[in-house]
This record gives sequence, structure tokens and C-alpha cells, in this order.
Amino acid sequence: MKIIVCVKQVPDAKDVRLDPKTNTLARDGVQSIMNPYDRHALEEAVRLKEKHGGMVTVVSMGPPQAEVMLREAVSCGADEVVLVSDRAFAGADTWATTYTLSMAIRKLDDFDLILCGKQAIDGDTAQVGPGLAERLQVPFVAYVRKIRECDGKAMQVERLMDDGYDLLEVPLPALFTVVKEINEPRIPSLKGKMKAKGIEITVFNASDIEADPEQLGLKGSPTQVVRVFSPELKGERAMLAGSADEQVAQLYEKLSPLL
Amino acid sequence: MDYFLSEEQQMIVDVARQITEEMIVPQRAELDETEEYPRDILNAIAKADLYGLYIPEAYGGFGGGCFEMALALEQFARGCTGVATAFAASALGAYPILISGSDELKKKYLPRIASGEKLAAFALTEANAGSDASGIQTTAVLDGDHWVLNGTKQWITNAGEAQIYTVIAITDKSKGARGATMFVVEDTDPGFSYGVKEKKLGIRCSSTRELIFKDCRIPKDRVIGRVGMGFITVMKTLDQSRPGIAVLGVGLGQGALDEAVTYAKQRVQFGKPIISFQAVQHILADMAIQVEAARALVYSAAKHIDAHKDDMSKASSMCKVFATDMAMKVATDAVQILAGYGYMREYPVEKMMRDAKILQIYEGTNQIQRNVIGQELNKEYTRAS
Ligand SMILES: Cc1cc2nc3c(=O)[nH]c(=O)nc-3n(C[C@H](O)[C@H](O)[C@H](O)COP(=O)(O)OP(=O)(O)OC[C@H]3O[C@@H](n4cnc5c(N)ncnc54)[C@H](O)[C@@H]3O)c2cc1C
Repeated sequence: MKIIVCVKQVPDAKDVRLDPKTNTLARDGVQSIMNPYDRHALEEAVRLKEKHGGMVTVVSMGPPQAEVMLREAVSCGADEVVLVSDRAFAGADTWATTYTLSMAIRKLDDFDLILCGKQAIDGDTAQVGPGLAERLQVPFVAYVRKIRECDGKAMQVERLMDDGYDLLEVPLPALFTVVKEINEPRIPSLKGKMKAKGIEITVFNASDIEADPEQLGLKGSPTQVVRVFSPELKGERAMLAGSADEQVAQLYEKLSPLL
Repeated sequence: MDYFLSEEQQMIVDVARQITEEMIVPQRAELDETEEYPRDILNAIAKADLYGLYIPEAYGGFGGGCFEMALALEQFARGCTGVATAFAASALGAYPILISGSDELKKKYLPRIASGEKLAAFALTEANAGSDASGIQTTAVLDGDHWVLNGTKQWITNAGEAQIYTVIAITDKSKGARGATMFVVEDTDPGFSYGVKEKKLGIRCSSTRELIFKDCRIPKDRVIGRVGMGFITVMKTLDQSRPGIAVLGVGLGQGALDEAVTYAKQRVQFGKPIISFQAVQHILADMAIQVEAARALVYSAAKHIDAHKDDMSKASSMCKVFATDMAMKVATDAVQILAGYGYMREYPVEKMMRDAKILQIYEGTNQIQRNVIGQELNKEYTRAS
């Protein structure tokens, strides 16, 4: 089975701050990590490969620094990594990103499955997975929490819902986005790290993927950010103290005027 | 301090540290409480290719030595000496095969130990044979194509969890030091069973049990090395493995230092963080000096042992004594820095103090190590004069 995993390098949520003046992310000195949901996508791909055989190709669109993350993907079991990188891609919104990724993926061999994380923790849009599926004209399932069966032609998957899950059968090739419940990502192995050190990273630029320059980066992005602001905190918060009984009494007192 | 590790050695440290931080540290308190064997952590260690660090590539290992093994062990012990002991015990069980086993025996057992698919254990100690290995009473008698073992081994780490046991038994009492032989016993061999699991002061998630041999029949080809060479194999095994125990002391000491400094920066008394009191600073400084000195000695000893297989004993014993006495002291000091909080199970240092004690006892007590060092000095200076 040929599996493609799309991963993104994101700032580590542990040390993210907003610049108080511009209200954008202050990225200075912030560690970059692989988007946590993408780790689960990669792990699932590697498990599928271990079970059914095949090959896992990891694709990331990003700046040259994303190479570090791609090597990490190899140490966790990816066979091949592709960095889609060009100054022309800068400022892309999800529309331009899905265009760019779809053009890059068309340059690769045919695939049976594409896995993405359900969303990236920086933008939080959850749009790239479904957008990419649309561009590539393959069936799409979001929030996959389990891949049950696979006969090479179709897959049975569980889609996480608020009140349970849906069981779906999807013909391949297809694209799924996964939730963290799907698996526990592995820790890189020693052999994996040694392989990662030596692996050659394929880099695709705008002309390699034969992209239309009008559809790339800021130019190709219909999204316009008008203003960024932190919403004001509404609602009051009170902490109750004392024994359970005392706290219940206090709570009752606070609520009784409303009853 | 920078020990100028190669890129590969640094990778070993990084992988082991990640396992420690993501799996061992979050689980250690519960494992201590429940005394459960840390199977899922050991599986992760196996998947990360760390079970074969000291095993040659020809037998499916990484091809490193004592030193590479020490780098991984140090990280694990920084998190939990119980988990680290359970991991290290498999190497202790494998060393006799690696050191004295035939090529067939190596081919049969080492690849599976290197992959972590099978765990090993080492069985020397008996009720009447602790420091004095010559007191062993377990016997092995040749009967046709089989050896028949009878006797009981005591306090065997990984007993009940391992599948491969390297066991020493008397094969000819009249031959004294040349009367014992090492064998491989498999968990499924007839006549082989386990006694109850011991309740211990520390390293509580590691398993310590008896091995019971009642007319246990094993095929003739399970002899490790030659008949009568058992004690020599045991001594060489312990010489190789002791830096592994020493480095558990380094890891434990480092873990205790980490906790003590972090706490001393946060704890405020008399209006100041306690780290601002010179008395506290001096304790922390002494802890740091001792941890680093022990690390330097253990790393040097491990490298010496990897390079000089015919001259291991003194270096091996010296680093074991120094680093494990250090661990006991530093862990006790860490409890002192955290004081009342340190005495509570909520904080990890009381467990470190309980765990540290075993390091001065197993794989030869620190008194026995000093005997070895003394005897080696005597020999060296006799040769020199
Ligand atoms: C948790 C745990 C795990 C263990 N795991 C294993 C294992 O996997 N495999 C295995 O084979 N064994 C194992 N052992 C056994 C361990 O190696 C022995 O406990 C150790 O060698 C000491 O033996 P002893 O406890 O019988 O002490 P003893 O030999 O009875 O010693 C008692 C005291 O006398 C001192 N002493 C004895 N002889 C001398 C001497 N000649 N000079 C100076 N002082 C001396 C000792 O230092 C000690 O202080 C384990 C033990 C424990 C507690």
C-alpha cells in the first residue's frame, strides 16, 4: 500500500505567546515541532505499512527549516520525505496550500491513501485535509479514530462523533484526517534515527510541481485578515472554598437569586 | 560536562531520554506503588532498538559495548532505577552467552535478546551463596543427552518475566573452583518453576524471585562454554556488567540533583528561596561534584573495559563502588533538601533514596568490590617490584 502523510511544522504550543502589539504569534525563540495530530497520522501510516507492506511518503509544505521535522518523521518510520518549499509559497492560506500540496502530490507515484492530522494547532482551521481531498477528487473522511479493515480496495473506518462514532466503508484511494484517539505515536528508534541522518530529502519548488504562479502564496490566497484581536473575557469566575458542605451552601446562596 | 560523544552515541542518549521523559517519569510512582513489572515501557525500549546495544551486529545487535549500554542505562535510571534494573538484568543474563557461549548458542539466543523479543536473567545467588559464590549447592548431572538440574536460586532479577536464564550449577564438587558450569535454561523446560515474588525496599517494579529446579532436564548442548568453566564466566560477566550498575548510580544521582535544585529554587522560607541559603547551596554543590566525578569515572571505566577485555576487574569494581556510594549519599541529601516534602511519596526523592540502597548490594556488595580492588593492587605492586 502506498500511503502519503501530510505534516506541518508548527510552533510548540507550550511556549506560544501573542505579540501584544500586532496580535500575531510571537515566533521568536519558539521551538518548532511536528503538528501533534500529524504525528498520529504518521504513526497510523507506519502501522498500516507494517501490517500490509508498502511505503510511507511524508510531504510537508514549509520553509527549509522543516527539514528537521522531516528527518524526525523518518526516525519514526517514514520511508521517503518530500519538502515542498519555495519563497513563492509564502503567505498561503488554506486555499493556496491545498492547491500547492495537490500539485506536489500529483508529481509523486499513485497513492492508495493520504492521511492528515485533523487540524494544525497553529491555524486550527481543519480545512487542508478536506480541501486537498477535493482538489485530488478522492473520497474524504474527517475525525477518523480507527481504521478497522483494509482489503486493498476499500477501508472500514470509524469516524469520531460527539455522541459515538460512525462506521464507514470508503473505496480507495481516499483521504482521511485523524484524531489523537487513533493511536499512541511511537518514540523514534535508534535505527530510525541513523537512517534519518543519512536520508536524502526531495525538495520540490514551484516550477518542479508545475504550479500556476497566480495560485500560489499570498497572491493565490483569497483569505484576508482584517484584524486580529484577543476576545475580551466575559463572565465572572469565583472559586469556592471550604468543605464540600460549605461549598454547596455557598453555591446555593449564589444561585438562589436566579431561581 | 561535554564527554564528546559520537553522533551515534548522542542518538542513544536522545532516544533513551525521550523514553524516560515520556514514559518512565509519568509512570514511576504508580509502578513503585503497584510493584507491577513495566512491560509496556520495556516494549517501547525494545521497539527503539536499545536491547541490543552491547550485542555484536553479527547477532542482531547494535555493536556497541559497555559504554553505549551505560549511556542508555543512565537515562533510564534518571527516571526510575526499578525500570532500569529490569532492563539491565537482560544484559546480565546475556553476557555469559556472549562471553563464553559457542557460536551456535550465540546464534540461537542473542538475536532474540537483542531485539527485546526475549528477556534474559542471570542466576548465581542461592540461600547459602551470596558474596561467597563457592557456596552454591545447585547441581547438574549428565544423564545421556541431558543435564539434570536440582536446587534453588534466590533473588533473581527478571525471574518469571524472562524466557532465557543463564544458571550456574555444580557439576563436579571435587574440582572446587573448576567444578561449576553455566547453562542456558528456558522458561518452558520441564522441572523448572518460580518461587514467590519478593517484597522489596526499592526498585519495586523489578521482579525478584526464586528459580526452582526439580529434576529439570535440559539438552546437553545448553552448556555455556566448557564444563567446569562456570566461575570464570561468572567473574567475567560481572566485570562487564558492573559499570552498568555504576551508571545506574550516576543516573539516580542526577535525577536526585535535578529534583533538589528545582525544589530549592521554588521553596520559600524566611522570605527567600532556600537556594539562597549558603548551607543549601553547599549541599547542592557537593551533590553536583559527586555526580559529575562518578560519571567521569564510570564513562572512563566503561571505555577501558571495552578496550581491554583481559584487564577489567579493578576498573569495573572501582566505578561500581564510587558511583553507587555516591548515589546513596546524593539521594539522601536530596531528601534532606526537600525535608518533610522529600519524605513524602508525593515527591520522587524518597523513592530514589529507597532505590539507591540496592546499588551498593547487588552484583557484588561494595565491600566485596573493595576486596577485589585491594587484591588487584596487591597483584599489581607485586608484579612491579
Ligand atoms: C533486589 C536484588 C536483586 C538481585 N538480583 C540478582 C540476580 O539477578 N542474580 C543473582 O545471581 N543474584 C542477585 N541478587 C543477589 C545479590 O547479588 C547478593 O545479594 C549479593 O551478592 C550479596 O549477597 P548476600 O546478600 O547474601 O550478602 P552476604 O554475602 O551474606 O553479605 C553480608 C554482609 O557481609 C559482607 N561480607 C560478606 N563477605 C565478605 C568479605 N569476604 N569481606 C568483607 N565483607 C563481606 C557483605 O558486604 C555484606 O555487608 C540480587 C539481590 C537483590 C537484593
